[in-house]
Amino acid sequence: MIIGVLRDPDPGERRVAATPATVEQLAKLGYQVVVEAGAGAESSFSDEAYAQAGATIGDPLAADVVFSINPPPAEQLGKLAEGTTLIGMLNPRLDPELVEDLARRPITALSMDAVPRISRAQSLDVLSSMANIAGYRAVVEAAHAFGRFFTGQVTAAGKVPPAKVLVAGAGVAGLAAIGAAGSLGAIVRATDPRPEVADQVRSLGGEYLSVEAADVEVSATGYAKEMSDDYNDRAARLYADQARDVDIIITTALIPGRPAPRLITADMVASMRAGSVIVDMAAANGGNVEGTVAGEVVVTANGVTIIGYTDLPGRLPAQASQLYGTNLVNLMKLLTPGKDGQLVLDFDDVVQRGITVVRDGELTWPPPQVAVSAAPVAEKPVTAPPKPETKKRNPLVAIGAGAAALFLLTALAPEALRGHLTVFALAIVIGYYVIGHVHHALHTPLMSVTNAISGIIVVGALLQLGHSDNLVTGLSFVAILLASINVFGGFAVTRRMLAMFSRS
Amino acid sequence: MTIETAAQAAYIVAALLFILALAGLSRHETAKSGNTFGIAGMAVALVATVALAIDNKISGIGLALLVVATLIGAAIGLYRAAKVEMTGMPELIALLHSFVGLAAVLVGWNGYLHVEAHPGGAEAALLDGQRMLGIHSAEVFIGVFIGAVTFTGSIVAYLKLSAKIKSSPLMLPGKNLLNLGALAVFAVLTAWFVIDPHLWLLIAVTVVALALGWHLVASIGGGDMPVVVSMLNSYSGWAAAAAGFLLENDLLIVTGALVGSSGAYLSYVMCKAMNRSFISVIAGGFGIEAGPAEDKEYGDHREINAEGVADLLANADSVVITPGYGMAVAQAQYGVAELTRVLRDRGVNVRFGIHPVAGRLPGHMNVLLAEARVPYDIVLEMDEVNDDLSGTSVVLVIGANDTVNPAATEDPGSPIAGMPVLKVWEADHVVVFKRSMASGYAGVQNPLFFKENTAMLFGDAKDRVEDILRAFADVRTPA
Repeated sequence: MIIGVLRDPDPGERRVAATPATVEQLAKLGYQVVVEAGAGAESSFSDEAYAQAGATIGDPLAADVVFSINPPPAEQLGKLAEGTTLIGMLNPRLDPELVEDLARRPITALSMDAVPRISRAQSLDVLSSMANIAGYRAVVEAAHAFGRFFTGQVTAAGKVPPAKVLVAGAGVAGLAAIGAAGSLGAIVRATDPRPEVADQVRSLGGEYLSVEAADVEVSATGYAKEMSDDYNDRAARLYADQARDVDIIITTALIPGRPAPRLITADMVASMRAGSVIVDMAAANGGNVEGTVAGEVVVTANGVTIIGYTDLPGRLPAQASQLYGTNLVNLMKLLTPGKDGQLVLDFDDVVQRGITVVRDGELTWPPPQVAVSAAPVAEKPVTAPPKPETKKRNPLVAIGAGAAALFLLTALAPEALRGHLTVFALAIVIGYYVIGHVHHALHTPLMSVTNAISGIIVVGALLQLGHSDNLVTGLSFVAILLASINVFGGFAVTRRMLAMFSRS
Repeated sequence: MTIETAAQAAYIVAALLFILALAGLSRHETAKSGNTFGIAGMAVALVATVALAIDNKISGIGLALLVVATLIGAAIGLYRAAKVEMTGMPELIALLHSFVGLAAVLVGWNGYLHVEAHPGGAEAALLDGQRMLGIHSAEVFIGVFIGAVTFTGSIVAYLKLSAKIKSSPLMLPGKNLLNLGALAVFAVLTAWFVIDPHLWLLIAVTVVALALGWHLVASIGGGDMPVVVSMLNSYSGWAAAAAGFLLENDLLIVTGALVGSSGAYLSYVMCKAMNRSFISVIAGGFGIEAGPAEDKEYGDHREINAEGVADLLANADSVVITPGYGMAVAQAQYGVAELTRVLRDRGVNVRFGIHPVAGRLPGHMNVLLAEARVPYDIVLEMDEVNDDLSGTSVVLVIGANDTVNPAATEDPGSPIAGMPVLKVWEADHVVVFKRSMASGYAGVQNPLFFKENTAMLFGDAKDRVEDILRAFADVRTPA
């Protein structure tokens, strides 16, 4: 089969759906690739480079499989032959008109932005790969607009405090922004309704700000859910406090298929210092910030810059094309089980089913929901494997039996023995507790020192020595000798061993 | 204050110092001061006892003998401590246990010769007046019994550890009956002795106990030696405690009980690490049915050379080394430590994963690595490192076998099933240093060797590690 790679007619779109590198990989799967002239020009991939990688330059609309970035305009769709498969970011959740239009055509349409968020499908998850780029670029845009350093410095010309960055939403984009801002030297804070991302935030050097609320949950789709009113009140207070303190706010709160939640109000923006920057990554869906204009940079009356670019991934065209192209290659691997250049759509696979908007002119959108979660907790199997049967005696029984035996022994013992038994019993317990937390590396020194200490039996032999009987004295002599070997040898060897242990 | 009361007070101080010593030894930061506390406690106890002996009108010859015996013992002990190789620690410790056991036997015998041998004597009359004579006789027996078991048990352990006798378990028919029989005989003899003390009864119980000690340890295999050594440690403590009851000396009782219970706990920890029942190990391999390895086809193993390993390591960002007894046998710890330094200088995250029963002594591997100057904070316990193994680039298995055997978790029919093991096979690459394809102590074939990500490096571990180091040097300074 032939794969056609479209040049996006929109001059604002700089990405391309295949790179010379991915063309080679597609060829290995058995496909021929036709690239529209100039398709990769904006991403720094020349037509010659594609040709060298084995592609031909020609008309992609005649191909069996058509790769695009955004949905092609109607006149291009009309040129698609019957049975063609169109693959691109079709955004079916927010664009029902396009879905209807596609369903009227005798084609198959696969939407890369509808990949279910399960581990297996991560390699084709375009939303993740684009969000990663967008998060990075958001920080770069903010740094560009921000009139100061990100990192703190002490210079001969005075001290520079580090910039404070607040990232709202610690999804893929948010995490990428946290990492990028942190590596520029800023103090980074992040909020997210899902408490389980706290560790991820910290792992990138950010500080996690939690909104204390009881009803925080993980949604079944792996995205954050819309939250309750009480939660929203608390979150609003948190954002209001942070807005007064931070220099940069990057908002990434998006719930697929819904208008973006309003996190930052006009009042909060007004409370920010002049020169502060807000990057609203949800601008395309209405924006998280009051006053955002999609695709524009706005400067408020109090000097706060609000950046509402909707094409952040496209602003790193070569990088975005490479990742998007690789996502497409991974999808084609899934769709080409025979590696023979024949595309096979398997509806039993939740991934393939999930991205199919139209199959051979038949509407298949929306797909049945795939219940998955990005939260590690929920991924654990609910039932633990059955443990092998072990004889576990109730510790209470053992303790009870021991106590009873000690009781009888002491009660029946003559006066002189009773004190010794008390001491004995207590010493056993102390020995157990003292050893309870011994470091595993010190087992050998511990044994050699207890060995030395048990040489205390020398005391017994000493007391028996020198009392008339020659046999007793002789035996005592030997006992003292043996026990002294223990005492001196044991302590000396322990000392020698302990001197060896060193820390790096 | 008399000498008597001063000595009692000194004993309490000594006992507390011993407790501090054991507590100190549970952490690296306090281990050295713990040892010092132990020495201080022993010094206090000895000074007090000698003062007490002088106060009791010890004869001049007696005092001279005391000094001579102590000096000879001290000289031997210090000499051995200074000379011993760290790989020979298990043998030394086992031998030292036997001394405590023998000393306990001698103290017990003295107790008999002192009291029961003279039924009309003053001591006997005094004890009789306190209704303590029978108890004293029982204490003599218990002390001698435990001491003798410790003595021969430790001697056998010493011989096995120093490879002077074969370390495979002795399989006498009805061995459990023999052990139980010995205990029954001991009980009967004790009762008899309490009623009617005779010298031949004492001799008989000594012989029975010596035989029992020998048989107990002889029937335990070499792989269980860490448990055996710490168990004998515990026995030597109980022997000291028994001597304390005999002599009515609280210091001996406290110290003996401390050592006894801590040793028992340590053995229990070891047993848990091997998924063995504590009873089965102390009863001498009770219930072990480790049949010969079944003839299962495992496929082919893959061989690698030292240069290949050096290549793997050069491209690794994290390395875990899991040593076993084989590293001690080959004396490879210095090479391993050098390799660790080289890799760490290159920025590789090197850590050690120590199985609780690696080696022949609890903590044996740690001591060897410390000797070679491997920092202790990169030497981790099995539980600390097991979860990280799946993200590790290269695992070097040096002289370990059963402790890295996946059959323990994957094959419920395996003799070592259920034993916690280091999950080295989850790493990207595993290199196994081994002399040949022979199976380990448990006699179980190791499916690890046949896994796809496993490569075998045959030969003496020390030579191979040095080959790898040489390959590294070549890479760094191309000729």
